[in-house]
Amino acid sequence: MSGAANAFLQGISRPESKANGDHPSWLNSLRRSAFEWVGAHGFPTGKDEAWKYTQVAPILEIPFAPAEPGARRALSPDEVIEIAGELGGPRLVFVNGYFVPELSALKSLPAGVKLGSLASAFTQEGEALESLLWRRFRERPQTFTALNAALGEDGAFIRIPAHTSVEEPIHLVFLSDAGATPLVSHPLSVVFAGAGSRVTIVETHAGIAGGIYLSNAVTEIVLDDGAVVEHYKIQNEAESAFHLAFMDVRQGRASRFSAHSVAVGAALARHEVKVALEAPEAQVVLNGLYLPRGRQLLDNPTTIEHAAPHCTSRELYKGVVDGHGRGIFDGRVVVQPGAMKTDASQTNKNLLLSTSAQAYTRPRLEIFADDVKCAHGAAVGQLDDEALYYLRTRGIPQQAARDLLTDAFTAEMLELIQVPPLRSRVRQMLATRFADCPSAGVPA
Amino acid sequence: MLEIRDLHAKVEGREILRGIDLRVNAGEVHAIMGPNGSGKSTLAQVLAGRDSYQVTAGEVRYEGRDLLTLAPEERAVAGIFLSFQYPVEIPGVGNLYFMRTALNALRLQRGLEAIDAMDFLTLAKEKMKLVEMDPSFVNRSVNEGFSGGEKKRNEILQMAILEPKLAILDETDSGLDIDALRTIAAGVNALRAPDRALLVVTHYQRLLEYIVPDHVHVMVNGRLVASGGKDLALELEKRGYAGFEPQPATPATNATRTAVGARP
Ligand SMILES: Nc1ncnc2c1ncn2[C@@H]1O[C@H](COP(=O)(O)OP(=O)(O)O)[C@@H](O)[C@H]1O
Ligand SMILES: [Mg+2]
Repeated sequence: MSGAANAFLQGISRPESKANGDHPSWLNSLRRSAFEWVGAHGFPTGKDEAWKYTQVAPILEIPFAPAEPGARRALSPDEVIEIAGELGGPRLVFVNGYFVPELSALKSLPAGVKLGSLASAFTQEGEALESLLWRRFRERPQTFTALNAALGEDGAFIRIPAHTSVEEPIHLVFLSDAGATPLVSHPLSVVFAGAGSRVTIVETHAGIAGGIYLSNAVTEIVLDDGAVVEHYKIQNEAESAFHLAFMDVRQGRASRFSAHSVAVGAALARHEVKVALEAPEAQVVLNGLYLPRGRQLLDNPTTIEHAAPHCTSRELYKGVVDGHGRGIFDGRVVVQPGAMKTDASQTNKNLLLSTSAQAYTRPRLEIFADDVKCAHGAAVGQLDDEALYYLRTRGIPQQAARDLLTDAFTAEMLELIQVPPLRSRVRQMLATRFADCPSAGVPA
Repeated sequence: MLEIRDLHAKVEGREILRGIDLRVNAGEVHAIMGPNGSGKSTLAQVLAGRDSYQVTAGEVRYEGRDLLTLAPEERAVAGIFLSFQYPVEIPGVGNLYFMRTALNALRLQRGLEAIDAMDFLTLAKEKMKLVEMDPSFVNRSVNEGFSGGEKKRNEILQMAILEPKLAILDETDSGLDIDALRTIAAGVNALRAPDRALLVVTHYQRLLEYIVPDHVHVMVNGRLVASGGKDLALELEKRGYAGFEPQPATPATNATRTAVGARP
């Protein structure tokens, strides 16, 4: 490992005693081995295919310190709503990776539903958790999921019993407040959806003020047979923040999972999604919208693994890239031997709003089975000059015409959001983003 | 209102307009006829401000201003409207929303207050009745999947809503059956007023039975080679454009210039 990597690792590790406290011994040994794994394997470089675009070297140069619980200013629930929105359902709020009960709103839930902080789950759930957490790290370790396992102490724990529906969306709000010292947090969200259960989860990741911080977030979702889970992720981190997230999804027979990612924040953000379709007739939909501008880099690696026959996957990612921004979609679809009757489709469309904007699109289909239906398409384009001109001849000023066409490009993604208050919130987020442009649009 | 002097324009390096002179006064209806490829649409697009068409000589004054220095949206604010020969499809932008955005953009730039969604809906419904447009079209994306005739109706609907001073209609009659033609002509005629003018581009005389012009000009090979009253259109219908075959690219002579009768 390089000197910078070593210094980074020393800087973000915490005295062992801290984690020992109430944590079960399996957890302590998992942490130790995860930390050792990072020490032995180091950090990904540009030579690693999967990290070709997300360069971590600049992150390793920053003198990060581990986040502490309680190291934050006083926030009111209203301020949280201001930052993250009110979706009408229960809300768990985390600041710098630690659960803050005073800011959270735990409404009454159907019998048997477990919703709370991971830290309390460690003590309440005991040994049962051992085989369930950080599975991705244990099966296929990778530096940042290993760091999450080694250093993460809190997060969200959600378990929905079989045949139980939670109607209102569960909102997980991860706020970061770095102040003068650059901070690292490692939140983990775990969701177990029992057979035939239904739940909607919304993750909002946002900065409270500016500041430099790294949010190294992991989400693990397991869908039992027939479970239906909708997941939304709104990444609206502070301008100078780093966001490295990994979402691991495993699906049982005839389960249905859909994810929607909206990425607007951070200097550099990577939202990696891996979905394993482990039993027949599972269905997955992955939607994503990323809007880098300035010097932002927003990376969206996804892997869908068809490991069983008769599964369906649908993927639609759209990027709007402005300024010197870079938007990346790297989508792998793997069809394992025996996964016949797989039906997979993947689409990535990018709109470049400036001449220095860049979009990279890498659709990768790896098919090892016969009798499958796989389609993919990728496009990178600019605003249609003909359409712009047409709008302008009707009196719509150039910038407003550009905004109108850009909205038309993103509108499709907004319509896919099934939680109305979230949809209007995202719409508002995009509107203010476009209105930040030099000449604002004409109100219609 | 509009005065075009010795206008030359190039498209992709090729000279298409080769010296156009035309004067349109408020209250007048002018028709420009001519064979395909003679430059009628090029003239219309140059007037609307399409920047891929390069003006190489001449000038255009509109209400005393130098029109060619204005951006397309500024021309619209000044009261110019072009009904496109090939209206553009804009997926994802709702037709009604588009028209309200356009009207309000014009209003704001003219120092007027924006019109709210409810009042606009009332206005749009009234204008849609005028052009007999099926209300279902307002909920669709601008021109997307519209038939040729529906697109033309949609252009005239926009014109009726935006109420321009100088409307340029480029082949608005093509793709329309006779009933549609009558409706659209009624929509256009409803807008005629002493302080407004119309420039109607067509290569059929048929439309001019419904929108009766004060002046008819013949465009051939980038020039207006003849002008006359509404009877000229009938004559062209009988004779065709054979008498006005494209000439070699020589400088305009006095003879061709004086043949343009629209000038006082
Ligand atoms: N965008 C363009 N690119 C290249 N050539 C063009 C373009 N627009 C028009 N032209 C050419 O200019 C000439 C005049 O076209 P146009 O003005 O459309 O004629 P009209 O409307 O009278 O049929 C034609 O030869 C046509 O091919
Ligand atoms: Mg034409």
